[in-house]
Formats: sequence, C-alpha cells, structure tokens
Amino acid sequence: MSEDIRSRIQGLIKGHKVVLFMKGTKQFPACGFSNTVVQILKKEGVPFETVNILADGEIRQALKEYSNWPTYPQLYVDGKFVGGCDIVTELHQSGELSKELAVVAAAAAPALN
Amino acid sequence: MPNPAVVRARLLEAFPGARVDVTDLTGTEDHLQAVVVAAQFAGKSRIDQHKMVYAALGDWMAGPIHALALTTRTSEPESNGGNREIGDGA
Repeated sequence: MSEDIRSRIQGLIKGHKVVLFMKGTKQFPACGFSNTVVQILKKEGVPFETVNILADGEIRQALKEYSNWPTYPQLYVDGKFVGGCDIVTELHQSGELSKELAVVAAAAAPALN
Repeated sequence: MPNPAVVRARLLEAFPGARVDVTDLTGTEDHLQAVVVAAQFAGKSRIDQHKMVYAALGDWMAGPIHALALTTRTSEPESNGGNREIGDGA
C-alpha cells in the first residue's frame, strides 16, 4: 500500500467521529449488509459520514489490507475499527454501540458551542 | 465455489472440537451464514474472533464467498440454567 493511499485512509478515518466505508451511499445503499449498518446508525441518531467504496477502487482494495478485514461495510468510530455488519448488529442489540457512540458524542460536544 | 460442507470442513480443521454450522443463504454458494462456537476464541475480542475465521477461510474471502454472515461464540449460551445441547456432532 502506498503512503499516499495510507494517508488518504487515515484522513478519512480520523477526519470524522463516525465513518462508514460501505457499498453505495446513505440514500442508495448497494448492498444489504451496508444498508443494515446505515439503518442502525440512523436509529442510534448519530451523525455519520460514509465513503462509497464502489466509487473508489483504490480505497476498496487498500482498506482491506489496512484493517486486515476482507469485507464491507466497515465502521470506524473515533478512529478505531468497530466491525462489519455482524459485529455492529450485535453491538447495537446489546446496547454497547450506543454507549460507545455516546462517549464519542460527549467528547465532541464542547467543540460545538 | 466453496459449498457449505467444504467451508464447514475447513473451519472444523482450523478449530478442532468446535461446533460449526454453515448454511447457504441464497442457493448460489456465495452468500453464506456461519455460526462457529469454539473454545479457541476464549479471551479474544469479537473482531479478533471474526479475523480468526476469515484467516481460516483465506482466499475464499477474496471473491468466491461474496458475503458471510458470521456469528462466533466461545461456548454455547446458557438457557434455563443448563448447557444448551450442542447440535449433532456430525
């Protein structure tokens, strides 16, 4: 992986509190698993960024190596890999995802006012 | 295309003694669901458990298996106080 693509990935991951690398977009998810995570994040009521890996082949290949995770979607919170569809679904159902997102939102809150 | 039986065999090889169920979600042998209950997952995070399964499936995850709905556990969930019967061991 080139340094350029690595820094592009890090910029995306660290540039947003919550970022979902997915197939398609929030409005037009192109895969059931990606859509599941979009719906979960909407239910969690947290603002989130998405990256359509179908529109960026370079990121699509490199991110698998970066995270050592072979599939999409991939969710990152506060710069950390949280999981794919299965794990995010389990975390959502157990309430752990809400807690993690609340911590991130609280940390970001002072910067807003 | 790796069919469920072949995928199950490879996972049993990678996780001796585990309970492994693999089902074909669409009949096309590329959208699979797997449940792996293995003592080898003990002490590992969910992400690491899934990475262990992906590592065992290796190059199948780079194309042949388009989607894998995966559940990993270290032991069977306890319900009504007893150990749940593990599925048939065959």
